Amino acid sequence: MYDLSLPWWAYALMGAGLVVFIGMIAVSVRRNHGVKRSLFASPYTLWMIIFTVLPCILVAYYAFTDANGAFTLENFLNFWDSNHTKNQLYASMGEAAAAYITRGTVNVDTLVYSLWMAFLCTMICLLLGYPAALFMADRRMKIGPTIVILFIIPMWMNFLLRTIAWMSILEDQGLINQLLHFLGFDGVKLMYNSGAVLLGMVYNFLPFMVFPVYTSLSKLDPKLGEAAQDLGCNEWKTFTRVTAPLSLPGVISGITMVFMPSVTTFFIPRILGGGNTMMFGDLIESKFLTEGNWNVGSALSMIMMVLILISLGILRKFDPEGEGGGIA
Amino acid sequence: MMEQEHLIDLKGICKEYDGTQVLKDINLYVRKKEFVTLLGPSGCGKTTTLRIIGGFEYPTSGEVYFEGKEISALPPYKRRVNTVFQKYALFPHLNVRDNIAFGLKLKKVPKSEINKKVDRMLDLVNLSGYGKRHVDQLSGGQQQRIAIARALVNEPEVLLLDEPLGALDLKLRKEMQLELKNMQQQLGITFIYVTHDQEEALTMSDTIVVMRDGKILQIGDPKRIYDEPANAFVADFIGESNILRGTMIKDELVHFAGHDFVCVDSGFGENAPVDVVIRPEDIMIVGEDIGQLTGTVQSVLFKGVHYEMMVSTGEVTFKVHSTTMQPQGSKVGINIVPFNIHIMKPMQEEAPSDV
Repeated sequence: MYDLSLPWWAYALMGAGLVVFIGMIAVSVRRNHGVKRSLFASPYTLWMIIFTVLPCILVAYYAFTDANGAFTLENFLNFWDSNHTKNQLYASMGEAAAAYITRGTVNVDTLVYSLWMAFLCTMICLLLGYPAALFMADRRMKIGPTIVILFIIPMWMNFLLRTIAWMSILEDQGLINQLLHFLGFDGVKLMYNSGAVLLGMVYNFLPFMVFPVYTSLSKLDPKLGEAAQDLGCNEWKTFTRVTAPLSLPGVISGITMVFMPSVTTFFIPRILGGGNTMMFGDLIESKFLTEGNWNVGSALSMIMMVLILISLGILRKFDPEGEGGGIA
Repeated sequence: MMEQEHLIDLKGICKEYDGTQVLKDINLYVRKKEFVTLLGPSGCGKTTTLRIIGGFEYPTSGEVYFEGKEISALPPYKRRVNTVFQKYALFPHLNVRDNIAFGLKLKKVPKSEINKKVDRMLDLVNLSGYGKRHVDQLSGGQQQRIAIARALVNEPEVLLLDEPLGALDLKLRKEMQLELKNMQQQLGITFIYVTHDQEEALTMSDTIVVMRDGKILQIGDPKRIYDEPANAFVADFIGESNILRGTMIKDELVHFAGHDFVCVDSGFGENAPVDVVIRPEDIMIVGEDIGQLTGTVQSVLFKGVHYEMMVSTGEVTFKVHSTTMQPQGSKVGINIVPFNIHIMKPMQEEAPSDV
């Protein structure tokens, strides 16, 4: 059998959590002369504190300290100029060395590339997903629910497996190239470029666009469409004046749910891009795991988090009530 | 005198859904400025008929004419009718003013004119000052008025109303009935109104169309429908009634409840089976010794204006409405005057295989 034993501190942590939980219940019951509803959230709150809030604090701590634990802003300067540390050394070595000072742009370039890829992925998902959702939500279409299931089934599989499966389709000896050879054509290079990465991203994130849009469209009262027609709208105007504006919350939350994971994507570029393309997520990963430079890695993570928070704030302006049911 | 022209004609309309016939040969005309009510129990096809006039459904067979021109296949946005939907169907992303202006904006009416018309409509429905409100900040009655304003602002030839007052409470419903009727007379627009509430139909309509199982049972003005129902179903549906099986002995003499009654109907033949309909308020309670029938009061209910008593003669039980109460268990006499006895041909109960 597998060894399921955990280190002693894991048990200690769980025990402590249990004690705190029971203690909170006891205190709350005594104060309210009964159980308060919010109490049931406390295990989750505890989980959040340990695995989300604490790591965030740690990231902030590492981002603003150097290897010795002293406060510094160097890590952020390293984002702007990846040669920053080296350049400082050159600058201190006098005139002769100063000639070697060049700004390293790899971090900024990777961020711009990631944002661009995420933007493209979101747009493609919207262009593919909205019509699909519109079709699925149409009550006259008897096969709509079947298509919903077809969209869900791949999501039951692990995302890494799905991505790796694309390799066997796209690679030089893959399904497509074998078919081309069989038909007498030359093979084409499908893997290890931005296109393959984009394909993998769209494939993985498309459901996150389709479902919020589908939900907001299927919630629409069909009588509203009839009312629009009654008042003089043809099919197209019914769409532009009633259906589209009323599905906006779903679109906003779809954009959020596709854009966020797209910006932070890693692994897909490594599998389908073969190291020829690097996205910001890969960069952060390499800072932590390859270079072991937790401080710069944390600074990059913070920059990304701030960017995500800003875009969430902008999107929220369009859907203040969070009707789309997304994470925005 | 010129015969008032038909505005809408339905000719032989049939409608099928997945092999089920919901409308069977509907023939109906609507005149200009008429208030026509389609009345019937749920599932009788009244809403489907309205939706066919509005263009939201197309008939399986038969034609719809508007001012003599066939419009059966015309989409809703090309018809000169507007609809007030059952649950209002106001646009939740627009405020009150933009909801009302929706149709005018589509027609590219100049802005100043739109503003003027919308203001006039808000005035008409007593909601001026509500223009900037969001529709979900309004009560049901207010939403109802906005829905009416949104339809009327387009100055349609015909306004279709699908149980528009169904979601309102009784008091508000009565008020709105009067308001709607006033509006209709004031604006001179043809109303086609769908309801299952017979009282509403009687209050508002010029013409009532009673429907059942996809067929028209009777068309007539409210008084005629109430006083001379075409069959026992109409009698039962419009107001309350006692429906008894009887035999027409000869002209102007009918036998039911074990007694011969003089009546005013004739032409049914001799010894013919008939349905006898008597309104509860037409049964007079008299002294035990002078009644045509005698019976025992089995139950008494206070209904506000009158008492509702069930009086059993042993053979049949009559529902009687009276302003004077007879105590439960007391023996009473029953009298019915000839012109309050309505004789009609027995209803052909439809065999289900007819579908």
